[in-house]
Amino acid sequence: MPNVPPLLSLKGISKDFYGNTVLEDVSFDVEPGKIIGLVGENGAGKTTLMRILFGMPVITETGGYGGQIELDGQPVKFKSPFDALDAGIGMVHQEFSLIPGFTTAENIVLNREPMKANFVCEVFGDRMSILDRTAMRTRAEKAIDRLGVKLDTETLVSEMPVGHKQFTEIAREINRANVRLLVLDEPTAVLAESEAEILLEALRRLAAQGISIIFISHRLHEVATVADTIVVLRDGRVVKEAPAAGTSVRDIASWMVGRSVDAKRPDLASRKFSGEALKVERLWVDMPGEAVRDVSFTVREGEIFGIGGLAGQGKLGIPNGVMGLYAGGGTVLLHGKPVPLNDPRGALSMGMAFVSEDRRGVGLLLDETLEWNIGFTAMQIQGGYLKSYLGGLLKLRDEAGLRKLAEEYIEQLSIKCTGPKQFAKELSGGNQQKICLAKAFAVGPNLLFVSEPTRGIDVGAKELVLQSLRHYNRDNGTTIVMVSSELEELRSICDRVAIVDEGRIAGILPPDADIAEFGLLMAGEVKQEAAHA
Amino acid sequence: MTKKFDFKRFVDDNVVVVIFLVLTAIATPISGLSANYILQDIFTRIGRNSFLVFSLILPIMAGMGINFGMVLGAMAGQLGLIWAVDWNISGVWGLGFGVLIGLPIAIGLGIVCGSVLNRAKGREMATGYILGFFMDGVYQFVVLYLMGAIIPMRSAALTLSRGYGVRNTVNLDSVRQSLDKLLMVKAFGLNFPIATYLVIALLCVFIIWFRKTKLGQDMRAIGQDQPVSNASGIPVEKTRIIAIVMSTVLAMIGQIIFLQNMGNMATYNAHRQTGFFAAAAILVGGASVTKATIPNVFVGVVLLHLMYIVMPRAGAQLFGSAQIGEYFRDAFSYGAIALALVLHAWRKRRGVAIDRAGMRQNTVDPDAKGGVV
Repeated sequence: MPNVPPLLSLKGISKDFYGNTVLEDVSFDVEPGKIIGLVGENGAGKTTLMRILFGMPVITETGGYGGQIELDGQPVKFKSPFDALDAGIGMVHQEFSLIPGFTTAENIVLNREPMKANFVCEVFGDRMSILDRTAMRTRAEKAIDRLGVKLDTETLVSEMPVGHKQFTEIAREINRANVRLLVLDEPTAVLAESEAEILLEALRRLAAQGISIIFISHRLHEVATVADTIVVLRDGRVVKEAPAAGTSVRDIASWMVGRSVDAKRPDLASRKFSGEALKVERLWVDMPGEAVRDVSFTVREGEIFGIGGLAGQGKLGIPNGVMGLYAGGGTVLLHGKPVPLNDPRGALSMGMAFVSEDRRGVGLLLDETLEWNIGFTAMQIQGGYLKSYLGGLLKLRDEAGLRKLAEEYIEQLSIKCTGPKQFAKELSGGNQQKICLAKAFAVGPNLLFVSEPTRGIDVGAKELVLQSLRHYNRDNGTTIVMVSSELEELRSICDRVAIVDEGRIAGILPPDADIAEFGLLMAGEVKQEAAHA
Repeated sequence: MTKKFDFKRFVDDNVVVVIFLVLTAIATPISGLSANYILQDIFTRIGRNSFLVFSLILPIMAGMGINFGMVLGAMAGQLGLIWAVDWNISGVWGLGFGVLIGLPIAIGLGIVCGSVLNRAKGREMATGYILGFFMDGVYQFVVLYLMGAIIPMRSAALTLSRGYGVRNTVNLDSVRQSLDKLLMVKAFGLNFPIATYLVIALLCVFIIWFRKTKLGQDMRAIGQDQPVSNASGIPVEKTRIIAIVMSTVLAMIGQIIFLQNMGNMATYNAHRQTGFFAAAAILVGGASVTKATIPNVFVGVVLLHLMYIVMPRAGAQLFGSAQIGEYFRDAFSYGAIALALVLHAWRKRRGVAIDRAGMRQNTVDPDAKGGVV
């Protein structure tokens, strides 16, 4: 019995991007007909691991990977996704990759259509063959049957519910003659509970037919119910490989977020807030990849309010929606006054400021000087640093004032630069971030949104950025809403932390709550477990 | 289940067609032209123009928008005809010879055009239009300088008096209406160029058949989603080039059919408006930048040309000047193109809004987690 090699065996897989290690010594086996649940936070390395498995060109372009992949005990190295497909590995992506105007059947057999040859093929090749519609339908029906779901082969993809799209996609993968291993990346993310149930059932059916499955999901209860083995990745390592039987969702959640360091926040007791600064009700924002579906929360005056959650769940959409950068709806009240949505200028005029996660795109005028960058919003929105002539007909920049302002902030935030005349693009990431902060501070906001303030800057600079936020909050009493993917960061600075999952707030926790509580919220566990916060 | 006919929806989806119907319905009685005259002109023009308009269908299917690069094919057709006249091959044989000469040129130009458009994904229409202008220069260079100087020309009647270059107008008497008259049938007091119609019918059959082939299916797939097609192993770039080459070749044949009906050719101008007229016709026929069918072509050719026939006369009757009618018809055909493009953008945005509503749909569910309770 032990002589039969596993279907797929990953042995000591490691990968770094330009010296930045993302995977280290990852090893696990996939037995035939078994379902592996692969879980991990963003940046834990799930995506990179799957890219390696599929021979995505981006891996070879960045220097390949270490370790070995074995299929049936034989070492393999895929040069392109098509090699992986030929070897019998299918992948279902998070986004639908279906042709909208094609029917279910057409999509299932896409580019593998059965054909009838005719005389024109002799001259112009196979592509002039006529498609065999009946055979196409039969093959599609066969694949759908194996899934055990109800799916009409003649419905257009653009007219079917999301659940059916997902099934179509899976059916397409198993329509391949030799498929043995199926990788599903967040297949249930877009599905309603009932649809997800059917999907999990279909997966069990496939496994019973001998197809192995790697199931990636952040909905831990799904992983716990469907998987045979659970593999937890954290910071590029396998931290736990456990049989699903006897493992609770709570266990998985704590393995996933790990880092048992307790956030010590002695300052919390002394923090007092009065009144409410921001009230958001039933907000929805159509931000591609970060859609907000239905979010309500209240931020108290003078508070630092954290918003966390996994990437793509919608946390970034909240500040972008409130500030009017993406189309949205709902009610937003700032000190009781309604904030106009879809109107960035209106939002800014209300006295809110926003430090965007898109530093180089939205945050800075890269080709302009620091003094311009720092004073820009103040100039545009409040008419500050402008001198009026001819009774306001002509307005010119107050160069001296701008310079003084810039020098002040360069000093205060210890921005490393040659002076206020330097161009923004010449600064390092950390210093650019400080310029963004200075730009927001210069407006003297009564509410400040900070989005991913430490993304892409080095550790030392991170602490400085957080420090300046903390000081600004303490010295001016400014309410700050901070969005970040780094839970530790939120726990170290915020007074309360909301976790966003699937476009909704899963729950709000005090920063010193148990780390597993945060993990559970990220995993889509319903909030009653954490509702006592 | 019978769907209830929704008038508003129908007008919404076919607003360009409806506008043209209304316009021509008003202008036709005003023009005072006889039904016989109008019908004869329409039947002639269907034969003359449909083939050219058909050349636009495949690129639209492949998601490349309206192929203004078809002007390149028209140039190839003209070169073919110049040679046919120069070699004094007359009748349908002359047309066949023109096609034979034009074919390699059209294929070559099509490959060039397709490769350029592959580098300008998403901006195919503007790129194709400008490419047409550029190639116009190359065409002029060939026809005005090389022909007679390097490329031997036999006929003195074709050559400019300075000894090289082709005259401004090429007399196509030797091939004039040779296809139309091959099988002209008189019925109800009207002439029907059956041979030309047969060629067009053949093309329709070909297009219907082509849609069912693997290549046709691939083109449809690419037209709807390039990344997905690419990921499933369809050679996207190659297929797009094939679509443009086929379009260019069809435009080449179409231009030859067009010119044999006209009977003479403005050497330096005949191709200039080809793309514009064909585009106007297919859009007036109810096609969009992403979807075109065979009925679109016929409806468009009939409506657009009906307007071309009646507008100058209507202008003359109303304002005492045919010129004003001509201004009107030009404005309306440009307007048709603009309107179709704007509508396309507008429908796309409406689609986004509908998707957005779909995204919010489950927010109404009070049991959804995390929402307001």
